[in-house]
Amino acid sequence: MKKIEAVIKPFKLDDVKEALNEIGIAGMTVSEVKGYGRQQGHSELYRGAEYVVDFLPKVKVEIVVPVQKVDEVIEAITQAARTGKIGDGKIFVMDVEKVVRIRTGEEDEEAL
Amino acid sequence: MKIVVADNVFVFVSTAFVLLMSVPALAIFYAGLTKVKSMLNTIVMVVVAFGVVSLLWLMYGYSLTFSEGNGFIGDLSYLFLHGISPSDPAPAAPNLYHYLFLFFQMTFAAIAVALMAGAFVERMKFVSWIVVCIVWATLVYFPVAHWVWGGGWLSHLGTLDFAGGLTIHETSGLGALVGALLLGRRKDAMMLPSSLPLTAIGTGLLWFGWFGFNGGSALAMSPQAVSAAFVTTIAAIVGGVVWMGLEWIKFKKPTSLGLFTGIIAGLATITPASGFVDIGGGVLIGIAGALVCFWAVVWLKNRFKYDDSLDVFGVHGVGGMVGALMLALLAKPDIAGAKGLFYGGGFGQLWSELIGVVAVGVYTVVVSYAIFKVVDLWLGLRVSKEEEQEGLDETIHGEKAYVKEY
Repeated sequence: MKKIEAVIKPFKLDDVKEALNEIGIAGMTVSEVKGYGRQQGHSELYRGAEYVVDFLPKVKVEIVVPVQKVDEVIEAITQAARTGKIGDGKIFVMDVEKVVRIRTGEEDEEAL
Repeated sequence: MKIVVADNVFVFVSTAFVLLMSVPALAIFYAGLTKVKSMLNTIVMVVVAFGVVSLLWLMYGYSLTFSEGNGFIGDLSYLFLHGISPSDPAPAAPNLYHYLFLFFQMTFAAIAVALMAGAFVERMKFVSWIVVCIVWATLVYFPVAHWVWGGGWLSHLGTLDFAGGLTIHETSGLGALVGALLLGRRKDAMMLPSSLPLTAIGTGLLWFGWFGFNGGSALAMSPQAVSAAFVTTIAAIVGGVVWMGLEWIKFKKPTSLGLFTGIIAGLATITPASGFVDIGGGVLIGIAGALVCFWAVVWLKNRFKYDDSLDVFGVHGVGGMVGALMLALLAKPDIAGAKGLFYGGGFGQLWSELIGVVAVGVYTVVVSYAIFKVVDLWLGLRVSKEEEQEGLDETIHGEKAYVKEY
């Protein structure tokens, strides 16, 4: 099993969720995060005084899928979250050792 | 002159309006501009100043301000409201009940001191603020209000100040500047508004309250009262629009805070002139207020690096002084008899206003400096670095503005 973490633009969350639903991904965890990469920060202006914000708001989507689904999921997220402009985000993929569904005690792919 | 019921109704309602300007209007206007971690402290500073000064007013403030005394300060004949019965007419306004007059004026004294808080947010020791409120009201506001309104030396000189450009906005603005210099800059001397919508509500409520502040200062339900409230609103509108336009040109963005700040600058600037100028005068004063206050907030503050955190000096101090001088130019005789330079009144009024602005300014700066210096040596003005970092809401009050459940 692999965990896929995608850091995306907040307004793309709905598109990404729909794209994942379409390929049969049933659940996900999302969180509001802040960060920056090449996009850097932006600045705000209060009574003419500039406030430089280094960290930009992003949404992190986490899903765990069987190994054979990984490429399909990456493709779906990339399509849905891309605007072509700097700041579209990144996808990270990592191994998952074990999954347990708390209610039933099912394990691993059964629990996904 | 007999007690006039309509006048009493009007000034009674105006008193409630001016109370609303401090609690909650000014408190939330300032709190919205404060960092989240200290916004409750900002609210408490304003409300506590209002309370403390109101009590002083009843004890001896009214007496020092409005009893005869000498040219510099009143006497103690009304100490603890001695000898005033609710049905007496007010010596300063015989159409009003004495109780109502002193009640109305109480809200003015209180907001004058509360206004200063905006320059000291996020870093001032609470006990020191309370001491400053007591001493500053006693040594600055009561005497200066006596000079201008209580039959003191400036009133004999003919210096006009309809609703408090000198007595309230200039004194609190300069007191704020001096205090901010002695307090020093915040560790993070930056405006990070916790909630601009809160500041928007505060702006609207202040504007509403200003009907009582400027309109009520006519002390009668007279054409002058209507005119004062009307020109006040016009100056606010013009101030807001001009400020937003200036930002749009200079910084490429018309900000909401710029609009609110311009409205307040227009209101502060029209205050001393509101009972003497016509609508055209109100428009010009709104423009002047926005231009000069914008310059003070954007350029002057940045040039000299003082941390007048919420621009009490830049908006109120500067606005009050500009308005007092403009009234000498624009006072129209058929509003209240005062004749400005542009209406053939000559330089006499300008001279009186200039002496007023300079005398009140010098006195306020010198006495405020002494007050803040002594309180600093005695109690210290600032909280510790750690407290400032953590935020004053938790360290002083043991609360948070927004509580998360886990």
